[in-house]
Amino acid sequence: MSYKLTHLKELEAESIYVLREVAAQFEKPAILFSGGKDSIVVTYLAYKAFFPAKIPFPLVHIDTGHNFQETLEYRDNLVKKIGAQLIVGSVQESIDTGRVKEEKGYNASRNRLQTTTLLDTIEKYKFDACIGGARRDEEKARAKERFFSHRDEFGQWNPKNQRPELWNIFNGKKNMGEHFRVFPISNWTEMDVWQYIYQEKIELPSIYFTHERRCFQRDGQWLAAEPCMTLKPTEEVVTLKVRCRTIGDISCTGLTISEAHTLEDIIEEIAATRVTERGGRADDKRSETSMEDRKKEGYF
Amino acid sequence: MNTKGYLDMELLRFTTAGSVDDGKSTLIGRLLYDSKSIFEDQLEAVEEASRSRGNEEVNLALLTDGLRAEREQGITIDVAYRYFATPKRKFIIADTPGHVQYTRNMVTGASTADLAIILIDARNGVVEQTIRHSYIASLLEIPHIAVCINKMDLVDFSEECFNAIKEKYIQMAKKIHIKADLFFIPISAKYGDNVVTDSENMPWYNKGTLMNLLETISIEHKSGGDEQPMRFPVQYVIRPISDKYPDYRAYAGRLSGGVLHVGDSVRVLPSGLETSVKAIMEADKMMETAHTPESVSVLLNDDIDISRGDFLVKTNDKQPKISQNISMMCCWFNETEMQNRKKYVIKNTVAETIGIVQSIDFKVDINTLEKMEGVSSLKMNDIAQVTIKTANPMVFDAYENNRTTGSLIFIDPDSFETVGAGMIIE
Repeated sequence: MSYKLTHLKELEAESIYVLREVAAQFEKPAILFSGGKDSIVVTYLAYKAFFPAKIPFPLVHIDTGHNFQETLEYRDNLVKKIGAQLIVGSVQESIDTGRVKEEKGYNASRNRLQTTTLLDTIEKYKFDACIGGARRDEEKARAKERFFSHRDEFGQWNPKNQRPELWNIFNGKKNMGEHFRVFPISNWTEMDVWQYIYQEKIELPSIYFTHERRCFQRDGQWLAAEPCMTLKPTEEVVTLKVRCRTIGDISCTGLTISEAHTLEDIIEEIAATRVTERGGRADDKRSETSMEDRKKEGYF
Repeated sequence: MNTKGYLDMELLRFTTAGSVDDGKSTLIGRLLYDSKSIFEDQLEAVEEASRSRGNEEVNLALLTDGLRAEREQGITIDVAYRYFATPKRKFIIADTPGHVQYTRNMVTGASTADLAIILIDARNGVVEQTIRHSYIASLLEIPHIAVCINKMDLVDFSEECFNAIKEKYIQMAKKIHIKADLFFIPISAKYGDNVVTDSENMPWYNKGTLMNLLETISIEHKSGGDEQPMRFPVQYVIRPISDKYPDYRAYAGRLSGGVLHVGDSVRVLPSGLETSVKAIMEADKMMETAHTPESVSVLLNDDIDISRGDFLVKTNDKQPKISQNISMMCCWFNETEMQNRKKYVIKNTVAETIGIVQSIDFKVDINTLEKMEGVSSLKMNDIAQVTIKTANPMVFDAYENNRTTGSLIFIDPDSFETVGAGMIIE
């Protein structure tokens, strides 16, 4: 009788293997850290992969300037705790220097602008591999993503001509100026991530748990009534008990009405839910292939 | 709530193969739908997309065909990975396109699969593509094959029809030496017969549904058993160089065969130096034992020179081969042909070297499975027996004994693309 691994153990082993491949194959890798649960899990896995040495990658945060305060506090604490280097790419700076133009109107979002800031940051620090927390179950374009995903010198993804990826052999070879995006938790689902956080007792930003917040409703979604949001005259602000199921920037993060106080509550809530995680993300609703279009340009 | 139940599930990876209209997407849609893994917003999006394309029925294929070009042309271009779970197991599907020109995608999807579903249209029986898909599944050493005879509703759920196709498949499997365990299930993906629930239309069949097979089939890592030779390719050397750990040196990697215990005598390959295991670490946790395919780091009792790509093996185990001459079954992936005498970068586990093509021994005609000799180059999707000579000795096993240490890829030294895959014979 041979030994059996649980699915979480097997997924963890695969992700740690991928992270070690990145450290071995690239000269200047970085973790793209958003403060969301997926990049938190990736950072935690990196801690495990290289223990007792420090994580051999800096954390790069692309700050839209529209982040939840709780996320920023969490980020700063984590960086201190694990002794990692933090690099912040600022979308506000990209706007101020004329690299990008702020969108106008009620649905204005800095989500798309992040791509330019991200690519500029990659170029500035000469990162050759950017590790992200994207998962294949999140979105249909991401279902076709490789663990090691090649980007040309313009930062673009070419989904129709991806390198075949077999067994656990990863090819990170590239020409000067090109880079890779690496997704160690490709094979994890939303449920796996929550189970793992529960199993490993990983700390999360408080906005993942229920809290009272001033919200308003737009296109059937609850959004946070923060100063960076422009409300239409008909939109009414109410205070509700909500939590975030995924965290992006304020303008595109849908809030879930929830009483979930603990990780067990959250796991139970997700097991019962009939809507996908990104169903609450305004950035994905712009068109049928909006994720693919953004990814081709160099988005996360 | 029983959170425990969620935390100790097993993981099964499987791949699906079928001809263009065998109903593969419908089957996957059915598995996802009946296991409640499709969410309302996904279903709404697919319904909306189907309507805007003028389809009368909801086209479940749109769930898996995510890229713009795929949706426009109504074809699947690339391997798509799908995830679902039942209370018993978690599943990863590598959904691979059934088109003739996409052999490389099926090889890719099959490389990590524990089980292959091969779909046959009950009206057409075993066709050329069935043989091709079965051959690839067998070449990639997938341990289990579920032959799903689909569209049984269109042949009046006939037992004779099912038996005739099953018989024909078994004959074919013998002819091409398929070693996998075979399972035969009559299904109707469209109506759900024998997919997740038992069919009322086929009382003559009582061997269980496809889902039942997926939930119960053994997921042994063939090379991971206690009695299997231990293989540990060194992936990375952990050296903190800090005040707290001034001389710490651990060898990180993923166990690729057998089991490793603290105290085991080990040999470093290719150097041949010997030492023993002082400690096994899983992050900050000390372990007594590491199993395949766990990622761990290993501390040794002697200070010897070991670097990335070296192997640790047990001194009293069957030893892997160390050689510069390697024969393999090769599948070519690139539009640029493989040329005899050309040099490629060869990657096997995490080791890397240069290899030159010594000979293309024969090519397999994928339709007739006949061997063709006197070939000097390989085109995209060709499968052939190839012999290479490498610049440095490589440590490996035969692919049939170990899918991790017996596999390799070819990388073009100019474009850096992954251009071929090899399953080592010896």
